[in-house]
Amino acid sequence: MDFDVIIIGSGPGGYVTAIRAAQLGLKTAIVERAELGGVCLNWGCIPTKALLRSGDVYEQLGHLADYGLSADNRGYDFTKVIERSRKVAAQLNSGVAFLMKKHKIEVIEGTAKLEKGGPAPKVVVALKAGGSRTVQAKSVILATGARARTFPETGLVPDGERVWTYREALVPKTAPKSLIVIGSGAIGIEFASFYRALGSDVTVVEMLPRILPVEDEEVSNAAHKAFEKRGMKFRVPANVKKLSKSKTGVAVEIEVAGKAETLTGDVAIVAVGIVGNVEDLGLEALGVKVERTHVVTDGHGATGVPGLYAIGDVAGPPWLAHKASHEGVHCIEHIAGLKPDNLNAPIPGCTYSNPQIASVGLTEAQAKDQGHEPKVGRFPFRVNGKAIAAGETEGFVKTVFDGKTGALIGAHMIGAEVTEMIQGFALAMTLEATEAELQATVFPHPTMSEAMHEAALDAFGKVLHI
Amino acid sequence: MSIDILMPALSPTMEEGTLAKWHVKKGDQVKSGDVIAEIETDKATMEVEAVDEGAVEELLVPEGAEGVKVNTPIARLSGEAVGSPPPPPAAAKAEAPPAPKEAPKRQAQTAAAPASQPASTPAKAPDGGRIFASPLARRIAAQKGIDLSALKGSGPHGRIVKADVETAQPGQPAPRPPAVQPAASQATAAAPRQVLSLEQQGIAAGSYDLIPLDGMRKTVARRMTESARDVPHFPLNIDLEIDTLLAARSKINALLEKDGVKVSVNDMVIKAAAVALKRVPEANASYTPEGIAMHHHADVAMAVAVPHGLITPIIFQAETKGLAQIARESKDLAERARERKLKPEEYLGGTFSVSNLGMFGIKSFSSIINEPQGAIMSVGVGEKRPVVRGDQIAIATVMTVTLTCDHRVVDGATGARFLAAFKALIEDPITMIV
Repeated sequence: MDFDVIIIGSGPGGYVTAIRAAQLGLKTAIVERAELGGVCLNWGCIPTKALLRSGDVYEQLGHLADYGLSADNRGYDFTKVIERSRKVAAQLNSGVAFLMKKHKIEVIEGTAKLEKGGPAPKVVVALKAGGSRTVQAKSVILATGARARTFPETGLVPDGERVWTYREALVPKTAPKSLIVIGSGAIGIEFASFYRALGSDVTVVEMLPRILPVEDEEVSNAAHKAFEKRGMKFRVPANVKKLSKSKTGVAVEIEVAGKAETLTGDVAIVAVGIVGNVEDLGLEALGVKVERTHVVTDGHGATGVPGLYAIGDVAGPPWLAHKASHEGVHCIEHIAGLKPDNLNAPIPGCTYSNPQIASVGLTEAQAKDQGHEPKVGRFPFRVNGKAIAAGETEGFVKTVFDGKTGALIGAHMIGAEVTEMIQGFALAMTLEATEAELQATVFPHPTMSEAMHEAALDAFGKVLHI
Repeated sequence: MSIDILMPALSPTMEEGTLAKWHVKKGDQVKSGDVIAEIETDKATMEVEAVDEGAVEELLVPEGAEGVKVNTPIARLSGEAVGSPPPPPAAAKAEAPPAPKEAPKRQAQTAAAPASQPASTPAKAPDGGRIFASPLARRIAAQKGIDLSALKGSGPHGRIVKADVETAQPGQPAPRPPAVQPAASQATAAAPRQVLSLEQQGIAAGSYDLIPLDGMRKTVARRMTESARDVPHFPLNIDLEIDTLLAARSKINALLEKDGVKVSVNDMVIKAAAVALKRVPEANASYTPEGIAMHHHADVAMAVAVPHGLITPIIFQAETKGLAQIARESKDLAERARERKLKPEEYLGGTFSVSNLGMFGIKSFSSIINEPQGAIMSVGVGEKRPVVRGDQIAIATVMTVTLTCDHRVVDGATGARFLAAFKALIEDPITMIV
């Protein structure tokens, strides 16, 4: 037996699982075909945050007069903006390498494929350096992640020039003058927000009736208005019929409310969802159950094939780094014979656009659908002292409580830095707080988080500052 | 400065009670010693007296509120009086447990809308320790009437979470606490018994009326379940001829008639049992993990049926008391028991119990031991039966008694010796006064 556990994929699911495995005294290997840290560190969460920061600062510079400040010659060097983003990614990438070394986790660079074996499938790695290496462990964890969904039949396939996915959108040579973003989930909206901040003409196309369709409807609507105020354009709901390319740009044929329309731009970004990386792993031969590009697992990540587990994006939605890490830790603790707590904590979601959007738990509509008779509270930042002082009065906090038990079942926020605040509600939900605990908690003044308190009060008719 | 009046602990074991009646209303002036409320506990109804002076600012708990935890604020007085002492619990006994820090937020757990629901506070585990449960779990438990101390938590460090209370059935008995705290805390709670709902057992919803469990019913259910389950018990029975006793009783009652006292057969049984317990002291004993407690006196508890329950007031040191005094005390205790006016000290304690169903024509039965007592006597009807004397059949008034013994402390031979002594006293009652 070469290892106790082999983890395939070193994204936030895989590498965190590997660290936890090593901490538990398991001899651990991790197989990575590209960069340590996976998409999150190298091509996703982190480099986009670096770009968005550049965009936010640049946008702020446009409002200096609001703060009594002035500066001349506002401008940017796009190459340097991208460079900074790559440096940030590189720094974290080397951080993961350090963590692997520190925990004596063997990193095997190459592409893994599974073959029948016992007690877990054998892992055959086509090494990056050439040749192949077969390793055997007691347990194998698939953490291969996911990638952008493409639709070749309508032309929604990246070419690196005119049609991008998140990957190409992170490293272009220049900012496009005009951009069509297809899909208004978190990824599409973040790129739309970044490029709009830098001055691109941005049109977002969404198939569903509203943008950010997984968010609470009020938040979606507020976001729509906030982005429009910044000059972003929307086609909602719109079906993409065909994307065609020319030497100078793209043309996207859409249908809005039964009427055909053609959008043109320099570049289109395809952000219409995710597919799990389940191919070429030998899963079919092992009899691993795959449904809609995702590996089917039980509550501990077990696939049903002895010794084989799957966590993170490849095991299904929500496709979020923190969900992958959480599942991975749970899975390895389960494998190690610990009895980890159930995987039922609510998973917050964040969109780092300007304004930011963050949410956890059920939307008001979902709460109604599930028979909760929700009590809903709202509090706008426009009457929050700190928000006024900071000049960040856009947005609001919305809370959703179960009407019968008073349990907090959902929270939805839009505004400055709300992504840093949502953890308060996530913590409250994980602790199974009711309105009583949220109302009894003392929130510091002056902070934007006071709006969270007020929204909890408002749901029960006790709001103070309105 | 307002003063909170807290739910008093009317006995050392009281954890919660029902606020049966308010004697004051908002705005009333009260002074120290005024009766402000009646509290119904698992055993009795007690009056609560004000300790401080002031006007009633607010009644925090509605009349009839059940399950009001000890030390919860029940009312607020405006303590205008100069130099008034810090808010003490109204009429609280010295042994009342200190209020947890969170207690002032708590009020009666009634099925109010969440808007008026208090922040959760830690319930107490059977061993007095904190129960770890999420706020939501506490609230759902309160709404469904689930005893958190009976649940095993599935959350971090055994914390009780929503899922645990959602799968629990209301009214699960709490795992019994150890009768006496062992020095080392080896008190691992027994797994709660899974109770199926009536519907799950095939009784249609709507085909019955559900009477809420009052404190007494809960206590009877819990204590009897624990005793029947945990005490290794066995019955011994014996027939007693009571013609002599009945004759003696007639004489005694004729003597006492002018005093308005009437001695019952049960009073004589209590007296005889007390004297027999002194003669066979091994039967007047309690099992504890540290050893056998040999009681100095025969404190005989008598089971009294009251509306919707029963209670066992005690004739203390019954071996030292005459029949007339026992008769007076038992009459008084029984009357006040039926009115639920007994004080805790009148029903807590007791080293032996007597239960009599003779008046219902029950010939013999065996009772469940009233822990921590070592035995309980069940007295049947006195009736004429054929008896054999020499080779002749004769008619005698015979009464069958059954002694249920805790085998940990009263062995078969001990119980038999006690019954022999008891029989001798009953069949020749004059020996009781020796």
